[in-house]
This record gives sequence, structure tokens and C-alpha cells, in this order.
Amino acid sequence: MTAPRRIADGATDSLRFTFDGRAMTARPGVTLAAALLANGVSLVARSFKYHRPRGVMAAGVEEPNALVTVGEGGRTEPNTRATDVFVYDGLVARSQNAWPSLNFDMGAMNGMLARFLPAGFYYKTFFGPASRWMLYERFIRRAAGLGKAPVDSDPDDFEHRAAFCDVLVVGGGPAGIQAARDAAAAGGRVILAEQDAVLGGSALRDGIAVPDPVQAGVRVMLRTTASGNWDHGFVTLVERIAEPGQQPPAGMPAQRLWHVRAKRIVLATGAIERPLTFAGNDRPGVMLASAVRAYIRRHGVLAGQRVVIATNNDDAYRTADAVREAGGTVVAILDSRADTPAGVHPVFADAAPLAAHGGRGGITAVTARIGTTTRRLRADVIAMSGGFTPVVHLHSQAGGTLGWREDIQAFVPEGGPEWIESVGSAVGEVEPIAPASAELPDPKHSFIDFQNDVAASDVDLAWREGYRSVEHLKRYTTLGMATDQGKTSNMAGLARLATSAGVTIPQAGLTTFRPPYTPLTLGAMAGADGGGHAAPRRRIPLHDAHEARGALWQPLGLWHRPRAYPQTGETLHDAALREARAVRTVAGCTDVSTLAKFAVRGPDAARLLELVCATGIAKLAVGRGRYTFMLREDGIVLDDGTVWRLDENDYLLTSSTGGADRMEAHLSYVHRVLAPTLRVSVVAQQEHYAGIALAGPRAVAILADLAGIEPPAHMGLAHAEVCGLRTLILAASYSGERAFELYAAGHDAAPIWDAIENKVRAAGGFPYGLEALEFLRIEKGHVVIGAEADGRTTPHDLGLERMLRKTGGFVGAQALARPALTAPDRRRLVGLVSPEQIPEGAMLVADHGAPVEGHVSSAGPRLLETGGAALALLAGGMARQGETLLATSPTRDRHVRVTVTAPVFHDPDGARYRD
Amino acid sequence: MMLIDCPYCGERAQAEFTYERTLDSIVSLDMPVEEVLARLFSRANPRGEDRELWRHTSGCRQWLVLRRHRRTHAIAAVDPYAPDDPE
Amino acid sequence: MKRYSAMALLRAGLTGQRGWERAWRDPEPKPHYDVIVIGGGGHGLSTAYYLAKVHGVRSVAVLERGWIGGGNTGRNTTIVRSNYRQKPLHDLFDFALGLWEGMSDELNYNVMFSPRGALFLGHSDADMTQLAQRGDALRCSGIDAELMTGDDVHRLVPLLDMSPDARFPIHGGLIQRRGGTARHDAVAWGYARAADAQGVDVIQNCEVTGLVMAGGRVTGVETTRGTIGAGRVGICVAGNSGPVAAMAGLKLPIEAQTLQAFVTEPVKPMIDTVVMSQSLHCYVSQSDKGGIVLGGDPDQFPSYAQRGLPIRLEKAAAEAIALVPALSRLRMVRCWSGTTDMSFDGSPIISALPVDGLYLNGGWCYGGFKATPGSGWCYAHLLATGESHPLAAPFSFDRFATGATIDEAGVGFMPQLR
Repeated sequence: MTAPRRIADGATDSLRFTFDGRAMTARPGVTLAAALLANGVSLVARSFKYHRPRGVMAAGVEEPNALVTVGEGGRTEPNTRATDVFVYDGLVARSQNAWPSLNFDMGAMNGMLARFLPAGFYYKTFFGPASRWMLYERFIRRAAGLGKAPVDSDPDDFEHRAAFCDVLVVGGGPAGIQAARDAAAAGGRVILAEQDAVLGGSALRDGIAVPDPVQAGVRVMLRTTASGNWDHGFVTLVERIAEPGQQPPAGMPAQRLWHVRAKRIVLATGAIERPLTFAGNDRPGVMLASAVRAYIRRHGVLAGQRVVIATNNDDAYRTADAVREAGGTVVAILDSRADTPAGVHPVFADAAPLAAHGGRGGITAVTARIGTTTRRLRADVIAMSGGFTPVVHLHSQAGGTLGWREDIQAFVPEGGPEWIESVGSAVGEVEPIAPASAELPDPKHSFIDFQNDVAASDVDLAWREGYRSVEHLKRYTTLGMATDQGKTSNMAGLARLATSAGVTIPQAGLTTFRPPYTPLTLGAMAGADGGGHAAPRRRIPLHDAHEARGALWQPLGLWHRPRAYPQTGETLHDAALREARAVRTVAGCTDVSTLAKFAVRGPDAARLLELVCATGIAKLAVGRGRYTFMLREDGIVLDDGTVWRLDENDYLLTSSTGGADRMEAHLSYVHRVLAPTLRVSVVAQQEHYAGIALAGPRAVAILADLAGIEPPAHMGLAHAEVCGLRTLILAASYSGERAFELYAAGHDAAPIWDAIENKVRAAGGFPYGLEALEFLRIEKGHVVIGAEADGRTTPHDLGLERMLRKTGGFVGAQALARPALTAPDRRRLVGLVSPEQIPEGAMLVADHGAPVEGHVSSAGPRLLETGGAALALLAGGMARQGETLLATSPTRDRHVRVTVTAPVFHDPDGARYRD
Repeated sequence: MMLIDCPYCGERAQAEFTYERTLDSIVSLDMPVEEVLARLFSRANPRGEDRELWRHTSGCRQWLVLRRHRRTHAIAAVDPYAPDDPE
Repeated sequence: MKRYSAMALLRAGLTGQRGWERAWRDPEPKPHYDVIVIGGGGHGLSTAYYLAKVHGVRSVAVLERGWIGGGNTGRNTTIVRSNYRQKPLHDLFDFALGLWEGMSDELNYNVMFSPRGALFLGHSDADMTQLAQRGDALRCSGIDAELMTGDDVHRLVPLLDMSPDARFPIHGGLIQRRGGTARHDAVAWGYARAADAQGVDVIQNCEVTGLVMAGGRVTGVETTRGTIGAGRVGICVAGNSGPVAAMAGLKLPIEAQTLQAFVTEPVKPMIDTVVMSQSLHCYVSQSDKGGIVLGGDPDQFPSYAQRGLPIRLEKAAAEAIALVPALSRLRMVRCWSGTTDMSFDGSPIISALPVDGLYLNGGWCYGGFKATPGSGWCYAHLLATGESHPLAAPFSFDRFATGATIDEAGVGFMPQLR
């Protein structure tokens, strides 16, 4: 047996790389697979299940065997096809899925037990309790998987970009280049995407020059794979700027995902050669014939000295020519056809390989059937060609249909979206073949899916057991489910299935083609959104002011709002208590900028508001505001807020922070779709204004001082100049104290905050955050969207039914009439008190073990007394006032006795609002 | 990623649009309860074409009616929403 | 049905894998059955099995237009759990979980049910309170739920980004240790084999093209393989519920929507638990073969295309990397999608329909796989007795008209908001 080697052609190796720690060299422009062969390395990997020795079989992305781990640290890319990485200086590659070493792999014991581990064996055993299965599973999981994921963070960036073109050509082989040049000549914007590092495609292995499309005005993208063909000409491309494990150039991402919208797509995706099915066809040294030729002509590597060619078509003869030119010996061409081309090589008609013999390092001989006799041929390489399978993935992904070509025994694009066209070998311009005979003397070692170790015997077994649909065959045997997704196995598997079924291959069907065409990193999929940018962080206008005061931030959707301003040594809870008590006793200020705000203006403004809001609107006087709530069309509470009449036809609607986008869409829907003739405009103003709430017994005095006006009465409003800025002042209160919300333009408002805070502090108060706000509003019994109004509660549930507008005519009125929505046993809003703190979220039961009758929706401490207060939803609601229940939280091991009260604990009559 | 020909903005990617509901599920505030419940809570849900209300949320923010095939995603028409649209 | 066992495997290994029988027959449709189940997915097949096993109803046919398990049973991300907040849901799913725990032995088919834990991450104190509430509701119903601190979570899933300034910082989580994963295809095959052994006819390549009605009652089905009479007909076709119900002139509170998922190339074990999030739609787990299985937002518009939006996958990848940075260099090897039957409150419908003799099991949205045995058990009860099983009673067809909806997410009747 002779190892693979470099062809002496004068080129020098200038790149250094290592494989399993061994230093090697390579010339520029070669793949790692070619470089390994050039350095005499035959054994590159171990198969998934049986850990059989594997080498390089192909020269392109269809490679099923030569999977290695490339790179170090956070750049490590496991499961990299050695044929799909170009050597760079310093490349570090390691074999995977072998222990303790590639040469001596304990996992090969699986291979010795192969007869007991056929396809689907695991479905037939491992019974017993789940714990026993999980024990086996631990071993199975450890044995499974190929490479190991990196642990360090990824040091590189990834990027998304968009591109638009008239024609996207996928594939830079001869047909693709021609199509691109033609399209450019016709005057369109043309992009040509080629997954290889150079253009040429199939021409590269035949040493044929191809014209330069860039000259013709085509935008060429190399190392760029068309990954997915989606709706309406939308294609995702993956551009590899750095090779796996390679540091990208400064300032560049490692990989780019392109979102391309093309008016037309030309698929020049080529065809993939098929292996032949015979015993030992998975051994190192058994290769695709076109690959042997590509290694010679493109990479200057001869895979072995003595080459047996096995084929059912003419193309492999070119490989024989190339082997001869490179100084190798063509031992025989085993042609399965009866008629063979004439030529210089030793050709045997009606001949096929039966078995490849050899060891870890490669093959040593081939047993061939020649006519009715068998012969043993000494060989280092078997170059096999079972014909060519047009690459139809992108065509099929977009819904294109396939037709069967009997002469090439392959599926080709047939019908499909009119903007997609296939050309070249992708549309079936490949060598005709004679279909293989079905005879296999040793199906157990005749592999079909190399990576997943699926042999012909497994396909036969699946058939015997009734897994006969092509999808069942795939899922039962895992044929076609490896990282190559069946590129070199699907057709052989189908052929074997069809033979068992006694049907033709097209009758047997095909599995579904799905993106990606070749695997792409999650990093590229995430682009710049990976890591810290997966969702934007929305900052309030006064963010810096709060940050400077040591605010603890709380996320609310994408927004971040101050939660509390702890002083040194204070816990969050202590800080919030201090802040909330200050509001009750003197004053406090808080940021309310994120509240949704809508300017509703026009002669029909009130009409629109009446459609959206379930409460009275029409009688609202100019200069006044009131609480309101809005329903979904199904009668459930959607949101709540306040509505203010700034002028005759000028209203301001406020609603919850979290529901802002939803409310904007709802207002727009009601206006534009339900009531388009209304003369009204709605402007969403959530981000325009900074909002500061000033609350407490001293609020009136502070505001008078600050704004130089008579502060408006509760639920009144005023305009004023504060710190020289136009400010809208709404006398609304969420805290239960006399309060004002001041709104000014967001980018100007910092001085207003400073001024308010200074006065508040001077009065003995503090700025307060969301935590304190929660304590305050719970005591006052204000429901909150997300807690009491949880998307399942009605106005009746929340005790708001008396506010419903009797005349109806609001969104949700009709569906609210559904009987279950007003049933007496519904869970309704109540208050709970206890000497202890009540766990928020706890279940309400009569006692341990009793059925759950409700839950605690919001809970907080009493502020001016001891003990806890809570709002809850309880079956029967206020009819149970005075009852004692258990608020139980098994997950937090807290169980608190509570008493049912009215859902308000502070100033139920609203005396605090009256000056 | 469908390409939607917004009557105001031209051809834009689907990512800019939000599906709202089918045209025949729109209920008006003067409809009787039985009709409201039937329209809100049941759908033909065909494997073929339907008329759908979408909004160009990241564009002109207008409401549009798409006549679209649910299996092939072929869009036969995109029109501004008009209240007297026959269903 | 020849029993599977380690001994049988040993014997087969020594005799060249001869002696295995067909897992299920390929029968010709009979002229009439007591019950026809339309749809040969996990739910339909488990229904047929329990009809025979529990109720002794063996004159049953499961009609599958393609290959069994070819719908959502073959496309889901294999998560099994019962940790829902709403009691009718968690009671039903937990009943199913109990059946999962004995399924492999019951069916004599290893469905690889692996209770490796189903963990919901909490990213804020508010999340943690929501998780505690969910956990408390579960524990009060006797279902396992444990709150975990950030340290607990880190020990369980060491590759999670626990840094406080992560975009989605992890405060802790809620875990159901009895939850986990199962081999989805095996569930269909296991139930098919067991049902077949009970005498049920599992008939593939048989598409129902119409319903036979007589006097306002369904009396059979028209199929691509002829007309078949039936005592009762149960629709069990997930995303295709609408078109099948339309054969009886019915509209349903269901809209079809695409949901995608994807898997990476197989790697050595790195994530042992199913990781989901209280506030993100993204979820991550690792299959026994080693691939990392991921999912995210649904496509949010009606579709039967079984082909989705790439930006949903991209967002799921971004969120997954934010949670587990080590995922960045792993490669998606395949993505796929299914057609989910989105009901108008997010909960299933297991109910008689307003046409006599016709029943529906559908509307499972994207949560049907975990319910497979429980769904089948309840549907079998309904089809055998004409009465709802107590666990299925809340999931009636008419609950939208009465308002007794069960909305876990609280988003209402617009499926794309779910």
C-alpha cells in the first residue's frame, strides 16, 4: 500500500499547519484535505457509530468522512469538513470522536459489536424505569456527538448585510459564469455566489480555463454559500471571510450572513458524484473519481500510486487520464456497462468492485467481479463513480418540483416559481449512467450513509420491519441525517429501498430538502445581534441623571427604569421602604417617562376614545382627566390608563409602558379599520416626553414653588414653565398621595428633574423607583397590567364594572356578554392583610392540601404600619370579606395566614387628594 | 420572507409588515353578539387563498388587504384597506 | 407482536437480524369501522391504541394521508413537561407525563423518554415571581416544581452566561425534574405497533377527501382509497384541522401557522437539561445524538407552507448565543418547520363538534407533543363513550362562545400574539 503524496511539480509549500500536533506544510490555495493527503495522511477521522477508520472521500462540501476540529479557543469549529477549509498559516486541526487517539480508538469496539447494533437497535431495548434508561443514556450521549464544542467565548464578530440584485447566480462553475455574464450583458445587477475560494467549479478538475465574470460587470462573492432559498427570491448567503479557526483581518467579521433579494435566481449549483455501494467502500483510500482528479489537477496531490477506477459512466475515464499524467498507475477501470469507451487504459466491461480490503492506513486490494469471475487487484485507491446527482436543494427549498431522468438516474428540477431557473449540471447535464445491479454479497459492510454508518443491510432491515416510506427509512436508520444531509447517500439509499419495494426510485419518493445547503454557524445566523445585542436596551431620556444617583435598574420589556436608589448599606427592600414612606409623609419624585402617551386630536377625538375606552369620555370637561380602561374585542381587560382633555378637541391618553406598542396598534386599528371616517389624528408620543411624578403631602407646595402657578386640583391639568421649559402638568396619582405628573420634551428635561429632586430632598423626601411605586400603588388598590389584569381578567373581576359605560359602543362590549365572563364563581379582586409579609404569587387555599381558590397577584409591606398587604384574585371575591385563608408558596416554603379585606388599604375615601 | 408590494411604499420585505387578522373576522361595534362571536372565534382557515388584513408597521404604517395563498405564499393583490371591501 | 428485548437483540445479532417482524401491517381499508381516526400522528395513533387497550374498541382505523408521524410528531423539538400555570392544562399534561413515564414498557418500544429536567430561566425578579407563582400552582396540584437560584442553575447548566451584565441576566429558574425529552418518531412508531397488535388498522397513504353525511350525521369518510363507513369519526390532524372540518361545513377557532426549529451538528455532551425562558421564546436542548436542538418565535402569520422565515431562526440563534455563548461556532445543519394549529386561547380542543358523529382533537398550538399520550387517552374516552374525560372536559369546542377559555399566555384570540 502506498500512501498519498504530493506530485512533484515545483510548487513550494509556504504554509505551516498541524494535525493532531504533527507539524506539516502546505502550499497556498489547497484545502486541508488536500494538504493532509499531500503529507501522506490517509486516516483522518472515525465514523459516528462504529468508529471505523475514515479518510478523505470527496473534494468538496459533500465530504461525509473527513470531519476534523479546526481552530483553538473560542474560534474552535468542530465538525469541519477538511475539504471545506483552506489551509492558512498556523492552522491547528485535530481529529475528533476518537479516544485515546485516531490510530488507536477504543470506540472501534462498537464496530466489533456492530452485528448487535444495527439501525434502530436502541428502540428494542433499554426498557425499565426511566432512571435506568437515563443511565444507559449517559453512555450513549458520551459516545454520540462528533466534535467538542468550544468553551471559551467567540472572540470574533459576525455581521448581517443586505443586497439586492436583478439576477443572483448561485455557483461559479462554467454554467454559472456563463449565466452571470449573459445577465450582466443584458444590463442587470448581477451577483455570482461561489462557495469555493476560486471560480471554476467542475472546470477546475479538468484544468479548463473559465472566463472572468468580473470583467463583464458581475459582482463575484467567493467563499460564499447560498444557504437557503426562501420566499419570493429571498436568499440567504453565508460568506466566510476567515476560514474556520482563522483570525479575521482587523475590523472584519469572521463570517457574514447576506440577506439577498433577487428578481431572478439562476441555480448553477452543479452535481455531486455518487459513491458505489460495495463492501468496505468506506475505507480510507476509497474516493470519488472526480475527487481523485480534482486533487491531481487542482491541488497537486496523487491519492495513491495504484488506482482502480470503478464506474458506470464516462466521466471517470478522465480521472484515469489524470492519474496517468500524474505518474500513477491505472490498475483497471471496472465499468459496469456492457459497452465501454475505447482508450489506453485497462478497461473491464460488466465489471464492478465487490469488496475493498485494507486497514487503518488505507486499502491494499480490491476484489472485483468481472463478468462472472472474480479477481483480486492490488490497489491503493479506488476511484468510484456512480454517476452524478444534480444539486437541486435550493430549487426544492423554494417549492420547486422535481422530475426523474431515467438516463442519469437522478431527479432534476421540473416546475417551480417563475423567478428560479437551473442551468448546467444542476439541471441534469451530466453523464448518462447504467443503473447498478442490486446484488450485494456483503450488505453489512456495504455502506450507504458513511457518516452515520448506515449500511445496505440497515436499509434492508428497515424494509423488513415495515419502515418503508422514504421518510421512515431515513428516520429509522438515520440515513441522510448526518452533517452532509445525504449528499452522497440519499440516492443510493433510495435505490436500495426502491429495489426492496419493487418500485421505481421516483415512486419511492424523496425526503425534503431544507436549509442550510451546508451547515452554518449560529454566530453567523445571529450576526451582530449575538451576545449583548440580541435585543435592544431602551433608555429613558433621564437615564444618565438616574445612573448618577446610583439607581438600581429594572428591565420592563426592553426598557430599563430605576427600581430604587439605595443609600450606602441599604438593601433594595430597605431603600424602597424608605422611599415609599417618604412619599406618604413628605414627598418623593419618580420617573414615569415610559408610560404610553397618545395625542388624540380632532373633531371626532372623543368619539374615537369612546370606541377604545370602556368608560365614560363624552362628559369629560376641558382641563380635566379621569381613569379609564380598554378592553380587547373578547371583553378581557387590555390596558388601563388615564384620559385628559387638554382642549375642546385635544385629548391625551396615557396607558401602560409594556402595552405601548399594542395600544398604538389598537388605536390605529380602531381608527383606520373600524371607524375610518372619524376626523381624528392619533400620534404616539411615548418617547417624546420625559415624565416626572411628584407625589406626597408636600407636593402641592413644591409644585407651586417650582412652576409659579396654582397647582391644579386632583385630576385637573395645567400648562406651566418649569426651569424655562414648557411643561404639561397632570394632577394624577398612582401612589395614593396628592401628586402631579410633569411632562416636558425628553431631551430637555434633566434640569426639571434636578429642580424637583432638590426641592423634594429639601422637604425631607427622596427620589423613588419602581419598587417603592409598587408598595404605594398596592396600598391604594390600583390594579396593574400584568399582575391583576393578566390577560384573563374582565372589568367585573377587577371591580371596575361600575365604570363600564352603560351605553356600550366600546370595543369588547359584545363579547363581554358571554356568560362565563360574569359567572359568580370567577376569581375576583380582593385585598389581603397579614401581620407578616405576604408572598407575591402564592396560592390561596383554605388550608394546606385544600383546593386552590385564587392567588396573590401583588404584595408589599404596609408603609406606615406593620405587616403586609396584598391584592389577590379569589373565587367569590368580596363575598368572602373577613375570611381567613392561607397564602401558600411551596416553592419558597412560605405559608402565611391572611384575612380577606377590601382591595384598598390606604385612604379609601381619597381624602389625600383634597387640598 | 415574502415580498409585499405596499401600495404606498412599493415592494418591501415581509419583515416590515405585521399580520393582523382575516378580513372576515373584523367585527364592527354595531354587530349583534352572535355574529361577533362567530366572526371572532371561528375561521375558514383555508389551505388556499384568503383575504388578510396586514399593517406595514415598519413602513407607512397603513392597513392593507392581502389576497394571499396560504400554502404557496403567492400574493395576488395588495390593496389599501377600504371599509366597504366585500369579504 | 414479537416482543423487543435485549435477549431478542442478542439473538438477532447472532442470526443476521432475521426474525424481526413488521412493526405494523399494511392493511386494506375495511368497509366500516366503529371509529375512524383521521390523522396518523402521535395523537391519532395513541388514541387508537387506548381505544383498543382501555375501552376494548378494536374496530378502529387510523387513516393517514402520508406516512405515520409525518406531521408535527415528526417535526417537534421533543420537549416533554407539564409545568403550565393554568390548572386544567397542568392537570392534563401531568396525566400525560405519568403515561410518558411508563410508555416504553407499555408499548414495548423504547421511546427514549428522558426526564432530564425542563428548566425555565428567570431574567429578573419579576420573572422569578412569575415562576414562583407557576411553581406554587403546580405544587398545590401535586406536580413537581422547584425554584432554583442562579447558582443552582449554573451548576445544572454550566455553559449559561451568568454574568450580571449579560443581555438576559439569569436570576434563577423553575425546574420540573420529571420533564425532559423523548424520541419523537419512536412515539408514533411505538403506538402504531402496539395499536396494530391490538387489531387496529393503521392505514397509510390514505387521504380523507370528504365526509359522508346522512341526515345531518357523519357516517363515514371519502378517501383516496375508497369510501369507508364509520360509527364515529375523530379528526386528529393538527395544522390541517381547518380544511378537514370544512368538509363538514364547519369553521374552527383555529388558525394554521408555521413554527420552525433547527438542530446543530452533533457534538459531545454540553447541555444536559431542557432550557427554556420565562420571557424569551428561545429554547435549547441537546439530543441523544449530540445535536443542539433550538427553537424560537413562531412565524406569526397564517401558513400551510411548512417553510418559514429565516429571521425567526436568526433571532433564536442570537438569543441562544446570549444565553449560551459556547453555541456560537456550532453549526446549524438543518432547519425544518411544521404547521401548528393555533387555537384562539392557546389551549387544545378535545370535543364533540356541532355535527353528530364528528369529533375534534386539535388546537394544540406548539405544545402538542408533550401531551401525546394524555391526548390520546382522553380522545379515546370521548370516541368510545361519547362523553368527555374529566381532564378533557374544560377543552370543549363551545368554550369560546361561553367565554370559559383557558389562556395560559393571556394574549387572547389572535394566534400570532401567542
